[in-house]
Amino acid sequence: MDLAFSDAELAFRDEVRAWIADNLPDGWGRPGFREPQTFEEKLEFAKGWERKLAAAGWAGISWPKEYGGRGATLMEQVVFHQEMARARAPMISVNFVGINLAGPTIMAHGSEDQKQRYLPKILTLEELWCQGFSEPNAGSDLAGLQTRAELRGNTFVVNGQKVWTSYAHAADWCLLLCRTDPDAPKHKGLSYLLVDMHSPGIEPRPLKQITGEAEFNEVFFTDVEVPREQLLGGLNQGWTYANTTLANERGPAFLAHQIRFRNRLEDVIAMAKRVERDGVPLSKHPAFRDRLAKAYADLEVMRVIGYRTVTSILRHGRPGVEGSIAKLYWSEMVRRMELLALQMEGEAGILDGDDAIDDGKWQRGFLSSFAQTIAAGTSEIQKNIISERVLGMPRGERWAPKERVS
Amino acid sequence: MDFDFSAAQYELRDETRRFLAKECSTDHVREVIDDPSGWSRDLWKQIADLGWLALPFPEEYGGLGQGFLDLVLLLEELGAALAPVPFLSSVVLGGFPILRHGTDEQKARWLPEIASGDRVAAAVLPAFEHDVDTLSFSADGGRLTGERSHVLDAPAADVILVAAHDGDVDRWFVVEEGFEVRPQQSFDRTRTLGAVSLDGVPAEPLEIPIAHRFRFFVVAVCAEMVGVAQRILEFTVQYTKEREQFGRPIGGFQAVKHKCAEMAVELEAARSATLYAAWATETDAEDADAAVSIAKSSCGDWLGHLAGEALQIHGGIGYTWEDEMHLYLRRMKSLEALCGDAPYHRERLGRLIDL
Repeated sequence: MDLAFSDAELAFRDEVRAWIADNLPDGWGRPGFREPQTFEEKLEFAKGWERKLAAAGWAGISWPKEYGGRGATLMEQVVFHQEMARARAPMISVNFVGINLAGPTIMAHGSEDQKQRYLPKILTLEELWCQGFSEPNAGSDLAGLQTRAELRGNTFVVNGQKVWTSYAHAADWCLLLCRTDPDAPKHKGLSYLLVDMHSPGIEPRPLKQITGEAEFNEVFFTDVEVPREQLLGGLNQGWTYANTTLANERGPAFLAHQIRFRNRLEDVIAMAKRVERDGVPLSKHPAFRDRLAKAYADLEVMRVIGYRTVTSILRHGRPGVEGSIAKLYWSEMVRRMELLALQMEGEAGILDGDDAIDDGKWQRGFLSSFAQTIAAGTSEIQKNIISERVLGMPRGERWAPKERVS
Repeated sequence: MDFDFSAAQYELRDETRRFLAKECSTDHVREVIDDPSGWSRDLWKQIADLGWLALPFPEEYGGLGQGFLDLVLLLEELGAALAPVPFLSSVVLGGFPILRHGTDEQKARWLPEIASGDRVAAAVLPAFEHDVDTLSFSADGGRLTGERSHVLDAPAADVILVAAHDGDVDRWFVVEEGFEVRPQQSFDRTRTLGAVSLDGVPAEPLEIPIAHRFRFFVVAVCAEMVGVAQRILEFTVQYTKEREQFGRPIGGFQAVKHKCAEMAVELEAARSATLYAAWATETDAEDADAAVSIAKSSCGDWLGHLAGEALQIHGGIGYTWEDEMHLYLRRMKSLEALCGDAPYHRERLGRLIDL
């Protein structure tokens, strides 16, 4: 067992640290910094920051050199994400789908022409990508999706609806999973199309979430024409490829998530020392003190689970079966932490907005924590995966299996 | 970064598991429970011959010179087998204080006999949890007087270590004779307990005062808990695949599957916390104290819960004396309470992180 970084990794860490210190957006993290407010402001801010990362060669840190990436080792990626989190640098957002989902899927299954055409512009953020997966009736049961792509001559005609699509109205391209063979069993009739979001017939509509913000969209496709050469890989092979995409959804960034959550917990603890109840700071109030210490302990355990996952990748070239275990663990942990923060406000927690403690930061945090246990596989789906694939328990009840989808 | 056991360590674990499956079956454990002595001298002799008791001690004192992490693996397996032997007491609670606090002469005097299993050691910890402010004994001219209830494995002990106040410092004392032990009924039927009384008994102080709060012992307890939990999860999942209701294995029902999945998460989290605490303790890492309390509170909450869920999944069968489930539950709950429960260690953690 060895938790130390090598000399080369330490040198790399210093390089990353210095770059971040020199390049953080002006005023970022300092009092008086005006965070972007409207969607357009947020988009411009994120694009500016992520293009800066791209220009310095950080965006493609996980990409192989042959595709213009940095070809960094796993430990270098871990170090990079940790340093970004430690500096509380802005999260990678607009180009997340391009770098982590669309790019690796095109590298794995795209033609040489497609790789030449799309990958360089993802890396530089000349083109913005969105991901067309979930539908109103295909969430946990993703393979049951119904958006239809019908091949007429050399053109696919797409009709249907996607949902939870981040940046759809700003995106140039969509990695679209759709049904190309309605008569095949549901996992065998899906294909990937690379869809130009500027095509006629595409209508994104912002979807307002429980936080009141609109980060996501519904996207309607009406007779959208997609040239056949924009099919990714083989026809009706989409489900196999989708597993490539989903496997990339959580890269070595989880050790950085831990640091982001740790930043958050530091803020929670600071509030606990500031806010009083019965004339005693909440941090000294036995019930809250116990929960705060638990939140701290749980977060430390997440760090160690991360070490074990990294070790598994280094030893075996892939994360072990603990991937679902880790996701279930930390998503439920975040829910507990945000609930604690909101409850610490006591009756003042019924406020929101400017009059609320920290301008309603904890109200927003509590509400948005539900995204963690829903997105990228709900907790219930994770439990199915763990029980079936880790513990080898029988596959569950299947009500009237719907193998054909029209 | 490499945060897992080595191939050689896994080999050691597998050998240990095979041996215990053969020599420490549930039948053997039940025989021992019914025996008035309450522990297995046969098994003790066997594992002594295999060198398990010598594992963590330096070769010059009759040991094998292996690290604490090897011991952690061994403890997991002993826990999983409910091994009715005073290993935790003799090797960890007896051996480690002598190893860490004794002079060379003191080590040479006691460690070889502990490593060979010829003498069994037990230890008297503070009265409250593992808090040195609550030691039950004070030394008076090299003599100890007092009483302490529920001392782990005291009925099996040939030599007893006592943590006691000694003027301005706290120190371990070794008592070789003159101590009285009144056996007590143990909630965990696979482990003996006794009330130890000392009446002006001569005791030899170990040279180096007590500095850390029994880190090695707390981590050892966590390791046993992880082993017990691992075995519980294994046989519970197996049971759900065999037990049928409504014409199918109950393991096919989501209500049962999801409970088992949660148990798997609890085990992984507790195991990670324990491994880190073991590593931090052995390397004397800066955050070792916090890591130990994080491990014990994590094991206490999660694995204590895991054991209860396992019994629930067993249903009526799990409620019978005949089924082995309650033996595991009893051991788990005892370990949960030993050397500080979860709320105790969270309070301690709160102080360590300046909450």
